[in-house]
Amino acid sequence: MAIETEFTPLASAVGGALIGVSAVLLLYSSGRIAGVSGIIRRLIVPSSDSKPELALAFIVGLIAAPFVWTAATGSAVVQSVSENLPLAAVAGLLVGFGAAFGGGCTSGHGVCGLSRLSKRSLVATIVFMAVAALTVFVSRHIVGGGA
Amino acid sequence: MSILLNLAAGLIFGLGLVISGMANPAKVLNFLDVTGSWDPSLAFVMLGAIAVTAMGFRLVLRRPKPLLEQSFQLPGQSSIDGPLVIGSAIFGLGWGLFGFCPGPAITSLGLAATSTLVFVPMMLIGIAAAAVIRKRLGS
Repeated sequence: MAIETEFTPLASAVGGALIGVSAVLLLYSSGRIAGVSGIIRRLIVPSSDSKPELALAFIVGLIAAPFVWTAATGSAVVQSVSENLPLAAVAGLLVGFGAAFGGGCTSGHGVCGLSRLSKRSLVATIVFMAVAALTVFVSRHIVGGGA
Repeated sequence: MSILLNLAAGLIFGLGLVISGMANPAKVLNFLDVTGSWDPSLAFVMLGAIAVTAMGFRLVLRRPKPLLEQSFQLPGQSSIDGPLVIGSAIFGLGWGLFGFCPGPAITSLGLAATSTLVFVPMMLIGIAAAAVIRKRLGS
């Protein structure tokens, strides 16, 4: 069942620009790509040069963001998440496995990779966007009653 | 200093996710639902992010090294291989089923929706499993 959402081009572009500022800040200071799945992997599967303490700092900042937003604006974060727990479990596993196996997610391939004109990231982005759109099409319009 | 800048980068990234609507799965699913209740907002997230990142990366990569480290750690692989395509397809399937990709899922932890608290640990298991399999495959 689809929940209507409002078209917000300005807020979305400003939020996107902030994601860009974060990616540039990380590359400038630490020389690393702001790919969230890669940063999580550095934290939970550390290797010799993965600097898990820096990955942890990034993740802490990410978790703090909604609280900082609410403290600064006084408004709650608008979010509607499916309450289907088995679906959440399966989707979580697929998202984590797929992003780590494919070497990146929306941030690593989609933002940083495309910005570096990486062909690998272009292919990854086209594949995950197409499969995600197809998944929504099948679950909403063919099977029906999905997320 | 490194810790603080990584913390700041995470915070700015998370604020970007909140402000843009990326942290709202309903909005993500509507973006993907081109033939239904289509909400094109998230195209503007990509435009905003890539405009800033493409310009910023170009300037930063002119420098011999980053501010606080000895060298840039850029992904070295350039081949389009099986794991890239298979992994991206599996990721797309999960993303389309629920509307969370890794960043928004993590930044939603504190909002404590029950399904988020199920999604994130499963995502961590998935990431660890893929890392183990890729190591075995030698890639």
